[in-house]
Amino acid sequence: MSLRYRTTLQHRYRAGEVPYVYATTTASILRLDAITEELLTSFDTVGGLIPEDYLESTPEEQRDEARGALDELVGLGLILPVGTEPALRPSTGAANYPLQTLVLNVTNKCNLSCTYCYEYGEDRLTEAPKLGAKARAPMMTSAVAQESVEFLFKTAAGRGPLTVTFFGGETLLNFEVIRSAVAKAKALADEKGRQVGFALTTNASLLSPEVVQFLIDHQFGVNISIDGNKDQHDRHRKFKSGRGSYDEILPRIRALLAARRPGGRPIGARVTLTAGQTDVIGIYRHLVSELGFDEVGFAPVTSAPGRDYALSPSNYAQVLAAFRELSDDWLESAFANRKHGFSNLNDLVRELHLGVNKAHPCGAGLGLLGVSTEGDLGLCHRFVESGKHEVGHVSSGVDETKRGDFLARGHISAKIDCHSCFARPVCSGGCYHEAYVRTHDETAPNLHLCDWIRSWTSLGLEVYGRVHARNPSYLDRLTGHDERLGLPRAVPMAEATELV
Amino acid sequence: MTMRHLQPANLKAQILLRLAVKDAGLIRALNDPDPPFGCTTIFAPGWEVDQGGGTHGLCTPIERDLYDCYHSCYWPAQVPDALTNFPKWTNSCGAPVKDWSSIDLVFP
Repeated sequence: MSLRYRTTLQHRYRAGEVPYVYATTTASILRLDAITEELLTSFDTVGGLIPEDYLESTPEEQRDEARGALDELVGLGLILPVGTEPALRPSTGAANYPLQTLVLNVTNKCNLSCTYCYEYGEDRLTEAPKLGAKARAPMMTSAVAQESVEFLFKTAAGRGPLTVTFFGGETLLNFEVIRSAVAKAKALADEKGRQVGFALTTNASLLSPEVVQFLIDHQFGVNISIDGNKDQHDRHRKFKSGRGSYDEILPRIRALLAARRPGGRPIGARVTLTAGQTDVIGIYRHLVSELGFDEVGFAPVTSAPGRDYALSPSNYAQVLAAFRELSDDWLESAFANRKHGFSNLNDLVRELHLGVNKAHPCGAGLGLLGVSTEGDLGLCHRFVESGKHEVGHVSSGVDETKRGDFLARGHISAKIDCHSCFARPVCSGGCYHEAYVRTHDETAPNLHLCDWIRSWTSLGLEVYGRVHARNPSYLDRLTGHDERLGLPRAVPMAEATELV
Repeated sequence: MTMRHLQPANLKAQILLRLAVKDAGLIRALNDPDPPFGCTTIFAPGWEVDQGGGTHGLCTPIERDLYDCYHSCYWPAQVPDALTNFPKWTNSCGAPVKDWSSIDLVFP
C-alpha cells in the first residue's frame, strides 16, 4: 500500500549524547537508537513519505533493521499515516466530578501589604461592594468552616485521601477557625473511615509556639511565602507601615523548622519573582542552605501587563537561565540518590515520569474548589469572592451547570493554539487566574508564556533523560511509583520525598 | 511486538508498550469512533448495514455507498482500492444508480 506516513506531534532531543523523544499525544518518553532517531528525522516532513520508497533508498543490508524500527515507531504512534493522528476530543464525563481538595479562605484580611498582591493590588478580582450593599465578611465563621468540611466529605465520595487547605488573606489571622475545621475533619474521617490531610499557606508573621505545635501535631503541609534574604524579601513584603517583614518572620520560621519531626511533612518556601528580583540561585541557597527549608517553589508574579513589578521578557530569560543552573545542582542530587528542594523541577520531573497528560491545566473546578469566608464556592482560592467565578455554595452544593460550562471552556480541545504545541500535556494552557488577569478570560491559554513554558518543559525533559540514562530508579522513587499495582500511582508530594 | 530499537523510559511509555504487545496482530475494524457520515458502524464480512440493521442510514442508494467507499475511503476488505491497484475500476460506470452492473469483478 502506498499511504504516506509522517511523524506525529513530538519533541526529539538529546540528553547528553542519548537521543530521546517525547510523544505529545500520549505523553510518553522513549529512548531512541541511531536508526529510530534517523527515521523520525526523515519522516518529519509535511507531506509524509511512502515507507517502501524510504526503505528502498536505504542500503540493502540495513533494510530489515530499518523496517523493524519503523514498525516499532508506527506501533507506538510516533509515525502514522498522514491525517490519522488522533484529534483532541472535547471534554466528557467531568460532570459531578468528586472533590478531593477544598481550599478554605478563612479570611480576606492580611496584616501585610505586599505591593504585588493580587488580592488587594491593582489586579484584584473582588469587586468593591456597591453603595449600601453589605461588604463581604472579613473572617470565616466556625459554622461556615465546619459546613465546608461536611460538604467536602459529602461531595468527595469514592476519592482517596482528602485534603483541607487553608488560605487567606493571612491564614493565621483566623487560627481558631482553622482549629475548629481540623477537629471537624478529623471527627468525620474517624466516623467514616476516611483519611484527611491538611495544608496551609502563611506569611509566617503569626507563627506562635502554640500555632507551630498545632501544625506539627496535625502534620500540616506548610508553605511559607518568603522572597529571599532580608533585602530581597523586604522589597515587596511589607507591613502597612512600610516596614519590611523579614526580621519579624525570621525567628518564627526558625522555630517552625526546628520543630519538624523526622519523617514529617516537608516545609516549603514559596517565592514570588518580580521585576529585578530574579536571583533564583541566591534565593535558593539562602532559603535551603542558610534557613533549612525542605523545598522552594518559584512563581513569577501574576500581573496585568505594564505593572512596575511585572517580569519583563529579559527577566523571564534570566529566570530560565537560573533554573537551568539550579537543575545542574538538582542532577547532582539525583545521581547521588539525595532529594533536592527545587520543587518546580521535582514537580515537572514527576509529571514527566508519570506521563501526565492534562485535559485541564490544574484541578480547579475539577477535584478542587475554593471557599470564600461566606461559604461561596469559587473555581480555586484565587477566584473566591469573584462573583463571576462562583460555582455554588457549601450549603447548596456545586452548581453543575456553571462548573460544566467552565470545564468545557477550559478543556484543552477548546484551546486551538495549544493543539500544535509539544508541551501541551504538562501545560494545558496554564493558570486560569493568570489568564484572567491578562485577558479577562480565565479559559484563554496564556500565550504570553508559551516560549518560556516550552523552554522549561524542554529543560525538564533533558534533565529527565539524564537521570533515566544514569540512575533510572531515582525516578520511580521520586514519583512514589508502586510496582505492585503495575500502574503509575500519583502520591501527594509530601509523601514522596524520602529518598534513600 | 518486541521493542529492539525503542526503550520505554517513563511509566506511560511502559503502559503503551504493554498495550501494543497485547494488541499485536489484531486488526481493528472501524476503529475511528466518528466514521464519515453515511458509513456503517457495523463491520460485517458481507455488505454493510446501518445501526438499525437496514440500509436507510447509509449513503443512499446502496450502490453509491459502494462507490463512496471506493473513491473517498480506503477499505480494501470490501471494495477494490482506488489508491494503487484498481484506479480504473469504475471507469465503465458513469452513473452508479443506473450502471452499477457494468462494474466488473476484479481479480487481485
